[in-house]
Amino acid sequence: MTTDVSRDAPQSLPALLARNVARFPDKPAFREKEFGIWQSWTWAETAKEIDAFALGLLTLGASEGDHIAIIGRNRPALYWAMVAAQKVGCIPVPLYQDAAAEEIAYALNHCGARYAVVGDQEQVDKIADVRADVTALEHVIYLDGRGLRKYDHSHMTSYADIAAKGGDRAEMERRTNALTYDHTSVMLYTSGTTGRPKGVVLSNRNVIETAKNSSEFDHLLPTDEVLAYLPMAWVGDFIFSVGQAMWTGFCVNCPESEHTMLTDLREIGPTYFFAPPRVFENQLTSVMIRMEDAGRFKKWLFDHYMRVARRVGPALLDGKPVSFGDRLSYALGNILVYGPLKNTLGLSRIRIGYTAGEAIGPEIFDFYRALGINLKQLYGQTEATVYITQQPDGEVRSDTVGVPSPGVELKIADNGEVFYRSPGVFVEYYKNAESTASTKDAEGWVATGDAGFIEEGTGHLRIIDRAKDVGKMADGSLFAPKYVENKLKFYPNILEAVVFGAGRDRCCAFINIDLTAVGNWAERNNIAYSSYQELSQHPRVLEMIDGHVAEVNASVAQDEMLAGCQIHRFLVLHKELDADDGEMTRTRKVRRAVVGQKFDDLVNALYSDATEIYTETEVTYEDGRKGKIKATLSIRDAIVAPTMKVAAE
Amino acid sequence: MKDMLTPYVTDDGRQIGETLMDMRNITLRFGGVEAIKDISFNIQEGEIRAIIGPNGAGKSSMLNVISGFYNPQEGEVWFRGKKRPPMKPFQVARLGIARTFQNIALFEGMSVLDNVMTGRLNHMNAGLFSQALWKGRAEREETENREAVERVIDFLEIQAIRKTPVGRLPYGLKKRVELARALAAEPKLLLLDEPMAGMNVEEKEDMSRFILDVNDEFGTTIALIEHDMGVVMDLSDRVIVMDYGRKIGDGTPDEVRNNQEVIDAYLGVAHD
Repeated sequence: MTTDVSRDAPQSLPALLARNVARFPDKPAFREKEFGIWQSWTWAETAKEIDAFALGLLTLGASEGDHIAIIGRNRPALYWAMVAAQKVGCIPVPLYQDAAAEEIAYALNHCGARYAVVGDQEQVDKIADVRADVTALEHVIYLDGRGLRKYDHSHMTSYADIAAKGGDRAEMERRTNALTYDHTSVMLYTSGTTGRPKGVVLSNRNVIETAKNSSEFDHLLPTDEVLAYLPMAWVGDFIFSVGQAMWTGFCVNCPESEHTMLTDLREIGPTYFFAPPRVFENQLTSVMIRMEDAGRFKKWLFDHYMRVARRVGPALLDGKPVSFGDRLSYALGNILVYGPLKNTLGLSRIRIGYTAGEAIGPEIFDFYRALGINLKQLYGQTEATVYITQQPDGEVRSDTVGVPSPGVELKIADNGEVFYRSPGVFVEYYKNAESTASTKDAEGWVATGDAGFIEEGTGHLRIIDRAKDVGKMADGSLFAPKYVENKLKFYPNILEAVVFGAGRDRCCAFINIDLTAVGNWAERNNIAYSSYQELSQHPRVLEMIDGHVAEVNASVAQDEMLAGCQIHRFLVLHKELDADDGEMTRTRKVRRAVVGQKFDDLVNALYSDATEIYTETEVTYEDGRKGKIKATLSIRDAIVAPTMKVAAE
Repeated sequence: MKDMLTPYVTDDGRQIGETLMDMRNITLRFGGVEAIKDISFNIQEGEIRAIIGPNGAGKSSMLNVISGFYNPQEGEVWFRGKKRPPMKPFQVARLGIARTFQNIALFEGMSVLDNVMTGRLNHMNAGLFSQALWKGRAEREETENREAVERVIDFLEIQAIRKTPVGRLPYGLKKRVELARALAAEPKLLLLDEPMAGMNVEEKEDMSRFILDVNDEFGTTIALIEHDMGVVMDLSDRVIVMDYGRKIGDGTPDEVRNNQEVIDAYLGVAHD
């Protein structure tokens, strides 16, 4: 383990805040677009706002060690509430704002939160629904009072009123000064791909050491700008928008609403940007769709210079030698195509961009790199305070997740599972000693649950799949579903895929089409459809997917170890897998077991001779009502490529 | 039945005030056709008042009388304690009465922001000269008006389409933009002509929530015409039922629901 930062270094986020106020009082710390204008707060103003709310919390009766839930979209006041909670010795617990009422009730009960700071009426209503079960909760504090006028206010106050209350400043200072490196900084609930969510306790040491290491790794500057739009309950947002922002002193920008993120991105032009692959995919898809509609000359210009970019761009970015002619073409392309395109995407000023959470398609990754955007990958998890590995500048590839982050040690177990040890390793799972013990051993090594290997020569880590999902097929060959699913998902037409095959003689798959991409394709090809379900079963859509699956099979066949994972039969699902139906986590990871169980009739059909199957599925609408959809799905036989071994014989 | 002419407090705690608008014995004729026959009713400050009735009952004509588009041949219109002389619609708008239309009447080629800005027309007093030079009063007023408009945009959650031309929006959103424009005028009385017509269930729920929130947040008095009975009964404080130009019911949703004449009108009993 690395040593602590020097003794007089700040030991808590409030201490970092005070340091920032002293270092750059007049530099913007937060911005939020409100009423069509970017409103900003300097570090000095931010500290004042945080003090005011912290004092209000004291007056409300917050005691040291209390948990305070934070639920809502990214807004400065909610970030302030988290730091204010720390100032009075409380522990902020950000929760997913789109979580269902029962999920919120579970977390509130589990941590015994006495207070909840929420965004608006939607969250207040959810808490009201489960109020009877959440006994510890005493008071709800809301930001936006719209629609709440008629509510019973005996246990509810607006954020502004709390901040206006005032309180015992000496007591607040005492509590703030008492904070040490070992105090809990934040508690975050894991998304829970399996079972109940667990509360991951992160100490000030975890957060500050990680923020420091990662800020130095990427040379983050106080002048950097980030856009805070990812869920506040996610560890990444806490580290980027709070940890690193506090350590480095850069500015955090909050969008106007959930729907304006892309416009706001363009207006702010962040220099440091994080997005899951999905965001990059969607942007690329929309660019490609719009280029289809462009005039012939523009289309030619785009195609021509994108070819140049793909050849030259990544090499330029990695600082490799490039001929003068290529440099010239690239410069011209930059004026004509890349510059304007990056500007439209809001990515003109990016110095460091990261993607993580899921594998990103090489095509997508290369597209952004080719444009000259320094997009990199990192691998991490909540238990590690994000960082396990990340890619240094100049060593960026789409198929690895990089080298160990500063201070991180890695080891690979015999079964391929990746273990790590670092200053960011979490303290414990709250009230769950059993899980803590099974995840983290006495020496501080943590099991990631992912299987992977370290590449010879480069030292980069490559992840194959979830360790528990890596299994054996009936003939004993290796089964790594995620590996195949990712290859499928790299096609813009395929949104999700679920591959089955553990303990079976062959692999079969469920596929979800991407409505945006396939819908657009249908429009271009004069294919009429009235619903997602109808489009998903259209013969020409199925033919298209046939093609994709065949290509994936051909590519899987190249890999000696995983050649057995080729897809023999598949079907296209009649509904999108959805977190509201429990089929995915809130971070949009497929819950394999749930899907397998829920659609067991379909799985059985895949492993029979049937060519179609009738099914009825229960769905949950956004407002919580349930409905049923019925469909007859056709089952397709895929073209299986000869494997290397067979071909060699 | 509550005495509707005195101020009262609703079950959910809203203050309903004095009579804002009083329609006395209104009769409206088009040639020989009597569209409205001797109807009297009032609208009290802060309430949501609905006018319902089958097709051709005279609901829209009644709304047009309130908004000054039609001047009735008989009867008196009293607004805020004063008898209102026959007026043109723009004069009525200046009194603080804004409306939306059954078939959307927005400027399709203009952005949402510009459309909503037009709702501020009556709050712009700068002269032609000042406007042309963009100095002094004109500039100051523009800022104030933009601020008011942004509050409405925020309230109705249409930030994402602020700069989008209205012509490109789906129907449900256009309806919301129309509501935004009417609200931007900061009306005393807001007239909504079939705000939910042609909407799907989700859009209807959104619109209902916005109507309630407008009434709740700004205390705006609302008079609305609507076909969807479920919506009307949930939203309104009091309901007027019209049939063939006559008023056949007036009261709280419950009273109206149990009124035999109303039931007959809706179920289509033969008229004599």
